Amino acid sequence: MKRLQFSRIISPQLLALAGVLLFNWIVFPGFFDVTWKDGRLFGSMIDVINRGAPVAILAIGMTAIIATKGVDLSVGAVMAVAGAVAATFAVAGQPLIVILAAALACGIVCGLWNGALVAYLGIQPFVATLVLMVAGRGVAQLITEGSIVTFSDPALIFVGTGSVLGLPMPAVIAIVLMIIAHIVMRRTAIGLFIEAIGTNLSAANYTGLRSQMLILSIYAFGGFCAAIAGIIAAADIRGADANNAGLWLELDAILAVVIGGTSLLGGRFSIPMSVLGAVIIQAMNTGVLVSGFPPEFNLIVKAGMIIIILVLQSARIAQALGRKFGPRQTSEQTR
Amino acid sequence: MTAVSGVVLEAQGITKTFGNHTALSGVDIAFHKGEVHALLGENGAGKSTLIKILTGAYIADSGVITVDGETVSFSTPQQAQVLGIGTVYQEVNLLPNMTVIDNLFIGRQPRRFGMVDRRRMERESREILATYGLDIDVRAELSTFSVAIQQIIAIARAVELSGKVLILDEPTASLDRSEVEKLFSIIRQLRDRGLAIVFITHFLDQVFELSDRVTVLRNGRLIGTESIKSLDRASLVRMMLGKDLAFHHAELLGEEAAAGETLMTFENFGLAGKVQPFDLKIHRGEVVGVAGLLGSGRTEMARLMFGIDHADSGVLHIDGKSRQVRNPREAVELGFGFCPEDRKIDGIFGELSVRENIVIAMQARLGWFRALNHDEQIEIAGNFIEALDIRTASAELPVKLLSGGNQQKVILARWLATDPRFLILDEPTRGIDVGAHAEIVRMITRLREDGLALVVISSELDEIVSYSSRVVVMRDRKMVAELHGADITPGVIVQTIAAQPAEAEA
Repeated sequence: MKRLQFSRIISPQLLALAGVLLFNWIVFPGFFDVTWKDGRLFGSMIDVINRGAPVAILAIGMTAIIATKGVDLSVGAVMAVAGAVAATFAVAGQPLIVILAAALACGIVCGLWNGALVAYLGIQPFVATLVLMVAGRGVAQLITEGSIVTFSDPALIFVGTGSVLGLPMPAVIAIVLMIIAHIVMRRTAIGLFIEAIGTNLSAANYTGLRSQMLILSIYAFGGFCAAIAGIIAAADIRGADANNAGLWLELDAILAVVIGGTSLLGGRFSIPMSVLGAVIIQAMNTGVLVSGFPPEFNLIVKAGMIIIILVLQSARIAQALGRKFGPRQTSEQTR
Repeated sequence: MTAVSGVVLEAQGITKTFGNHTALSGVDIAFHKGEVHALLGENGAGKSTLIKILTGAYIADSGVITVDGETVSFSTPQQAQVLGIGTVYQEVNLLPNMTVIDNLFIGRQPRRFGMVDRRRMERESREILATYGLDIDVRAELSTFSVAIQQIIAIARAVELSGKVLILDEPTASLDRSEVEKLFSIIRQLRDRGLAIVFITHFLDQVFELSDRVTVLRNGRLIGTESIKSLDRASLVRMMLGKDLAFHHAELLGEEAAAGETLMTFENFGLAGKVQPFDLKIHRGEVVGVAGLLGSGRTEMARLMFGIDHADSGVLHIDGKSRQVRNPREAVELGFGFCPEDRKIDGIFGELSVRENIVIAMQARLGWFRALNHDEQIEIAGNFIEALDIRTASAELPVKLLSGGNQQKVILARWLATDPRFLILDEPTRGIDVGAHAEIVRMITRLREDGLALVVISSELDEIVSYSSRVVVMRDRKMVAELHGADITPGVIVQTIAAQPAEAEA
């Protein structure tokens, strides 16, 4: 595994991130300033990883799902459900552990629902998860009874706004989750099995893989990640907004995974790269805000940046560059 | 430049490398009008790479391609098509869910007042296919026709589109004898019309039957182009292998003395509509050959045994127990392995490395959490790459870059790594060249000697005869005979396959 690192270090994603950060620094020289205040770090960079955390967490779950040739459109709605559950339990005065357990369990159940439709009923992931994308927000509204449920449980609020070792809590959660997920994928056989299923499901079944069970588990994990993101989003605003929590974030999560280099056709994947993708997206968002451009530019800049990254990643471009700069690049041997 | 005026497509000094693997090195080849030119070589010799370069699917690192004497460079198959070079691949690459008409005309529909002129398309489709002696309902979906007819339609389309050079990549791989005859007469007819036909096959008989000239590639180099009249079988095989082929042929195993104790018995095993219930006892250290035509139920039988389809009748007696095989995972747990007929669709994980492809079945057996670490994987893969002589530049190469024969060995290695006691091989030598073919046949014999039980399905009777301890014959989804000892000859097998059902019952 070690020998892979060099080619990864100069990946298009890191070049893109460097480019975005450089741009941010040019339009806003204070971008990299970090100050220590009240026992925690402040600054635009810290803000990027803090704000980017929910999408990064969604992207962690989404990566595994996309690697199996699937997609989960419901994660935004599941965020809303988990947030609503957490808020309702907090209002009821439950201890933090119960609040978290209930919200996470909700996310897992949502994921199991998606996974069962995909793995056991053979419904196309796009359609299967579309069901919950629509229905989930309805469920969340039922839970909150149509209003924004606000709470003041300090323990729950800490999950969204607290800090550990000076770093904001959401970023810490995202980083820890990323490391655990990466280790579980690569130190067990699960990562290999996911890639096998995504590459050739039929061959995976012939080989004796428990592919249905694995697909089910992966969607459950996606739901779990969405629930974490939902708790953070609710804790951040001290309330559950069934209509707007996590709205359109599934698209950002898919985008983060794609920027991270995982093909929508399934197969090879990298969770850290997807997280990097989420950071790139957030760095762009923050960049547009701090630069003083009107926020209307945000979406355009984002789209432009995405096109550049995808072009850099395209196999054809790599081939063309390979021909120009010698045969070394076409070898593709270290993956 | 060659002086021959009839040269329609010529390539000179073609070189192509993938990473540090040289697939082709300085290959010259010329195709003449009105000839059938066979392109031969072992797996990995560079045939497919050369074809892909000639049809624009790959771009050569160096070398010149000329069509009708003019230097051309094409980077897409469409450009090659426009210049007159059409290809029909082994797997028919048409649109199965569209009509024959659509398949013949897609992308170039005739128009009338701006609308697609369906009536004219239908009429022309009929006319085109009539020249191939085909009278079918052109409005029917392509998938309703046999592979042979689909192949002819594919050829018709390629000829209509291109019309100078027709490349046929293993066109006969999935055809039966009479279909091959039909195809050959069409090929001859096209040759007489002045097309240059490039014919890739692994059947030497067909080369001698059909070709005018032969070009042999080996390890990415041109060995030579010869007129077929100046060659005999032995010299052609020598060109391909660089050595005399050691094919231990028809070594009759005679008595079932070779077989060991009973490993398991399939009793009354069957699935309605797929395979009629059959009984089959399998011993350690024997090869049970399965003969039968395509569609006779031989693959379906293998799928039942391996639990891909779930038998609706019968039981398996193994290890002193009676049980079902509900899915491949249970089969793998019992120590079974299955090399499927269609490597690409059911066998390989194309994007994954040779290493991962080899260890995956073993890892699947170990489960999610007892992972083989990277070093263990490298060692296992390395051992099998060496033991089975898998030709790959590295264990980390995506397996899709390997030739067909080497992919087959990778799948075999995958199962051998699980230390199986029973292997089912469905057409293990299909689409594989002579050298790898002989290696696989030898490997089957070696595995039998090591005490493995094998069921091998094959359409090549000589091959079945050479390694089987027993042969079961399938016909019309039914096991109709079990042949032993002296009855294991191609002649008897053919008779059994061809016998009228009434006679076979007796």
